[in-house]
Amino acid sequence: MASTAKRQRIAVAKTYKIYIDGKFPRTESGRYFTLEDKRGNVIANMCRSSRKDFRNSVVAARKAQANWAKASAYLRGQILYRIAEMLEGRREQFVTELVLQGAGRRAAENEVDTSIDRLIYFAGWTDKYQQIFSAVNPVSSSHFNFSVLEPTGVVSMLAPDNSSLLGLVSNLAPVIVGGNSCIVLASETKPLCAVSFAEVLQASDVPAGVVNILTGFRSELTEFFASHMDVNAIIYCDGGKQVATAVQEAAANNIKRVIDRTGINWSKPDAGHPYLIRDTQEVKTTWHPIGT
Amino acid sequence: MAIPENKLAFDGGWEYDPAPESTDHIKIKKRYGLFIDGEFVKPAQGRYFDTINPATEEKLSRVADASQADVDRAVAAARKAYRTSWGRMKAAERGKYIFRIARIMQERAREFSVIESLDGGKPIRESRDVDVPLAAAHFFYYAGWADKLDYAFPGRTARPLGVAGQVIPWNFPLLMLAWKIAPALACGNTVVLKPAETTPLTALKLAEVIADAGLPPGVVNIITGAGATGAALLQHPDVDKVAFTGSTVVGRSIQKALAGTGKRYTLELGGKAANIVFADAAIDQAVEGIVNGIFFNQGHVCCAGSRLLVQESVADEVIAKLKDRMETLIVGDPLDKNTDIGAINSPMQLEKIESYLKIGQEEGGEMHQSSCRVPKRGYWCRPTIFTGVSQSSRVVQEEIFGPVLAIQTFRSYDEALSKANNSPYGLSGGIWTDKGAKIFHMTQQIRAGVVWANTFNKFDPTSPFGGYKESGVGREGGLHGLDAYVKLGA
Repeated sequence: MASTAKRQRIAVAKTYKIYIDGKFPRTESGRYFTLEDKRGNVIANMCRSSRKDFRNSVVAARKAQANWAKASAYLRGQILYRIAEMLEGRREQFVTELVLQGAGRRAAENEVDTSIDRLIYFAGWTDKYQQIFSAVNPVSSSHFNFSVLEPTGVVSMLAPDNSSLLGLVSNLAPVIVGGNSCIVLASETKPLCAVSFAEVLQASDVPAGVVNILTGFRSELTEFFASHMDVNAIIYCDGGKQVATAVQEAAANNIKRVIDRTGINWSKPDAGHPYLIRDTQEVKTTWHPIGT
Repeated sequence: MAIPENKLAFDGGWEYDPAPESTDHIKIKKRYGLFIDGEFVKPAQGRYFDTINPATEEKLSRVADASQADVDRAVAAARKAYRTSWGRMKAAERGKYIFRIARIMQERAREFSVIESLDGGKPIRESRDVDVPLAAAHFFYYAGWADKLDYAFPGRTARPLGVAGQVIPWNFPLLMLAWKIAPALACGNTVVLKPAETTPLTALKLAEVIADAGLPPGVVNIITGAGATGAALLQHPDVDKVAFTGSTVVGRSIQKALAGTGKRYTLELGGKAANIVFADAAIDQAVEGIVNGIFFNQGHVCCAGSRLLVQESVADEVIAKLKDRMETLIVGDPLDKNTDIGAINSPMQLEKIESYLKIGQEEGGEMHQSSCRVPKRGYWCRPTIFTGVSQSSRVVQEEIFGPVLAIQTFRSYDEALSKANNSPYGLSGGIWTDKGAKIFHMTQQIRAGVVWANTFNKFDPTSPFGGYKESGVGREGGLHGLDAYVKLGA
């Protein structure tokens, strides 16, 4: 016995919490749900986030958004790059979590590697998408007139359930590249990577509140993600007609932009493109007279 | 701040003689059917309604009230045209048809202007110099895009959506029609469009242009009716794309109604724009900008500068000059070339505006109206301003859609910005200052889709238009206006 105790160290299990305003609280509701592996062993007790957690996240996201949008494109690019660096450094942890949640080792490695590469891809877009999508407009009158993109604002996101890391990264990166802040509901069946990714974000100089990540039940939280009056856009990635209907009906309360990302295979090499950034941008046109 | 002792004598001395635009060349039929599949047809249920001249309350014509059966027929015609002609046509040929529309509109411009003013009440000077030329220019601009779409969307292939159902408002009837139809056609879609029930005539006249231009039958269908017709069109299962311009209340109900259908939509909705005048602005120019911002088209403008935010140190001067200038505005016969402010579009709208005049006073606002005479018949509202209102006043928060300006003051840049953005709307904004750095700072921070600096209410086919927040989804006009009518593939 004594020799066994010497050899076998007791592992320290991680407590998976949620990520609001740059901090890792537990849900204010005190509720949890249990994540199990295929054999029924408990992996972790996850926070079952509440409406109040979501509303707190919106407050944090709104507060953070203006300054994030004001950060230079160069800085945002470096921060995106930094996220990729941090993820690369913790590659093994994410692979392990994906395997724990049922993925094969090879598939898990692919997903983590593609996620890192996608972050690099979007890091390079921060100071370029504006040049692709802006315009100087040759109006007939004597005015200087130009149209630029500006972030839509606060975005709520129901992240893909199946592609729990790559899908999350592929949807999240274009949102924050464009200067928005967001609140993410992580994959319900595979929530581990989202929480660990929050730790990556925190270590990457992403300002507090720019990204907030909750775990919990879709059936409970979708309505709040879609209906909140201080959220400007919603992205959803799963579900059939019923989800699409519920989301858009609730979103109409404040004319939210509704972005349907269902049925996309995020592992395809061309799944990242700048039109994803444009989805959460507004076009602003400015006029000024030309004269003396 | 010194207030000028000498009031500007715009109106001293001479009376303006009447200068009416002639109407003897205008042909308006007694009755209009629905333009479906290339010809005018009778409505299935045989119902018609009157369209009147809001300046005289006289009937101009009777137009068909389209029922569900008519909507079905129009959508079927558009679908057939999409499958058999328009959707298969070479893009360059499509473009040439649209160029033809622009040219014929230019040829018939005066006729369109007069009818627009007769049917909608807007001054002829405006329909002649703004609405109609801009509408023709819009077709001309988008015609050229038809065979160049690959350059508009780098890395993507743009394909048409199919049948577009479009519902437009009564404030700029022909111009809104052009904003809707021109990009839809250029991108290869076919169209069913419903003009507003109080202003259907220029759309029906445009149907003649479509026919004269030789477009294949069914590419453009114009159906008339009220809200029920519009709802039937936008909710039609065979419509792929919905485009609506109107109030936020209706826009919200459309977005809800379309939930789960997978239909694409663009919504151009209400606004309550802040027009911000700093102390360092060229004050006389700013006053002209304020007048243009709120009194243009009787204030029936979704992007109207209906909230004036004026820096406290120049507030007295600006308001005094504004009142002087308001005295010079001529309210009356829309067909008179001297008229500045025409008729309110409908009795319903007049009632709405008057209810807000009451609300504003009940809330403690101080109302001032110009002393001008208005005609006995017809629907009129004198140019009106409210001072002494607060951010929570309904006349500050809600869209009135009339010649009614709510005036607030501010001290600091930050106060102006926070007041400007304290609105669920975000369609447009204005800023007046001679300081370039301040212009760029403010125009970046106003949460609105169109920002005018040292100008207001300017429009151009090349310039995208559309709102942030509850002012809508999507853009119309310019390169960015193409998005609404294509699906992008790899």
